Amino acid sequence: MKISLLDYGAGNLPSVERALQRLGGQTERISTSAGVAKAAVLILPGVGHYGALIRALDRDGLRDSLIAAIERGVPFLGICLGLQALFEKSEEAPDLQGLQILPGSVRVLSGAVKLPHMGWDQLQSKTESRLLEGIDSEAYFYFAHSYAVPYSCEERAPETRATCSYGGEFVAVGEKENIFAVQFHPEKSGDAGQRVLENFLRIAV
Amino acid sequence: MSLAHRIIPCLDTDGERVVKGVNFVALRDAGDPVALARRYNAEGADELVVLDIAASRDRRPTFLETIRKVAAELAIPLTAGGGIRTLDDARAVVRAGADKITVNTAAVLRPGLISELSEEFGSQAVVLAIDAKRDRASWRVMTTGGRVSTDLNTVSWAEKGAELGAGEILLTSMDRDGTQRGFDVSLTAAISKKVMVPVIASGGARWPQHFAEIFCEGAADAALAASIFHDEIQGIRSLKEFLASENIQVRLPC
Repeated sequence: MKISLLDYGAGNLPSVERALQRLGGQTERISTSAGVAKAAVLILPGVGHYGALIRALDRDGLRDSLIAAIERGVPFLGICLGLQALFEKSEEAPDLQGLQILPGSVRVLSGAVKLPHMGWDQLQSKTESRLLEGIDSEAYFYFAHSYAVPYSCEERAPETRATCSYGGEFVAVGEKENIFAVQFHPEKSGDAGQRVLENFLRIAV
Repeated sequence: MSLAHRIIPCLDTDGERVVKGVNFVALRDAGDPVALARRYNAEGADELVVLDIAASRDRRPTFLETIRKVAAELAIPLTAGGGIRTLDDARAVVRAGADKITVNTAAVLRPGLISELSEEFGSQAVVLAIDAKRDRASWRVMTTGGRVSTDLNTVSWAEKGAELGAGEILLTSMDRDGTQRGFDVSLTAAISKKVMVPVIASGGARWPQHFAEIFCEGAADAALAASIFHDEIQGIRSLKEFLASENIQVRLPC
């Protein structure tokens, strides 16, 4: 089964593609709503500015087909901005609407920390995760972002499987039925990241 | 739990071959960026930097090909730079597979380049490389591979760079580079405590203790070295094991 990577100009698409191919996955790049409608497995990569991703989705008319595909049960993996896009909105581009598939919004990381949150960090497990299956709880993952979905009491959601703490605790791994999302970059996270993608492929393909 | 301190090997290339830090008499495969990239990826490097130190226009396609081949070997982030003067130069490097780009001389000549790059790729992808040389009580910014002196003060230039959108500072001490006397702790601490973006210290590494020093006293977020890794004077795995034994947080590869 082919894995469809949503191509809207994200810088990390080629490395996600390479990582999947290394695992024996068959990939294709799609950039139209017709492509999304036909996809059997969807990955939304992303790095950079939230506004650029949302504008690209709307420019290419992908918003509705993406929401429809996810609602239809197509296995979906959102990476970095691809995670953030699932929520309602972001402080990084307050005038734009997210896909609003998950409740909560994206905020700037705050506190006395350097931004971006750049480098290798560890996770705190919240509940059993299919993406993190078989991965050492001490493992490090590569992050490169300044915004995230805060893991706060009011917004604490059952889909949060693991968090990371940097200028506050935020959602690092989310899972809900066919929806999977990670704030870190599995394609850049060495063996642990490879394992996350492997787990997703096993679930999805 | 907190962010791990990063160890970053750097490949200085002429576009095609690694030109620094190798024993030119016994060249072996140590001059091949692809073979080195493969080795560092496996040894647990946290990131890789590839620079085109010749940065001549006509060798550009060769360098892009090198980035493509190196990127194909990596499951860790790749930073590339050397000779990036325009948005188009940066686009080509990113398209070839780099996650981040470094700018140095061109940013000094035209600081607006930093903002252009960060608007296009996000600040997490923009690394401002600064070559600093001590000048009485402060440090002066040097350009053009350290050959040209500027009027810029290193601390204020780093602050300005971060303000313009650089997401990281790659700070090389010209005074320590190549000396193997250790990183410049006071330079790095001065920058790291002043700017609110991560700082990569570079220049002068020889012993594991140098890395411990630059993380603890220099407040560096990452440390970069070239020849000691290329020449296998220092292994990355054993370096990280040493740092972990000193209670410095590092990512130990499994």
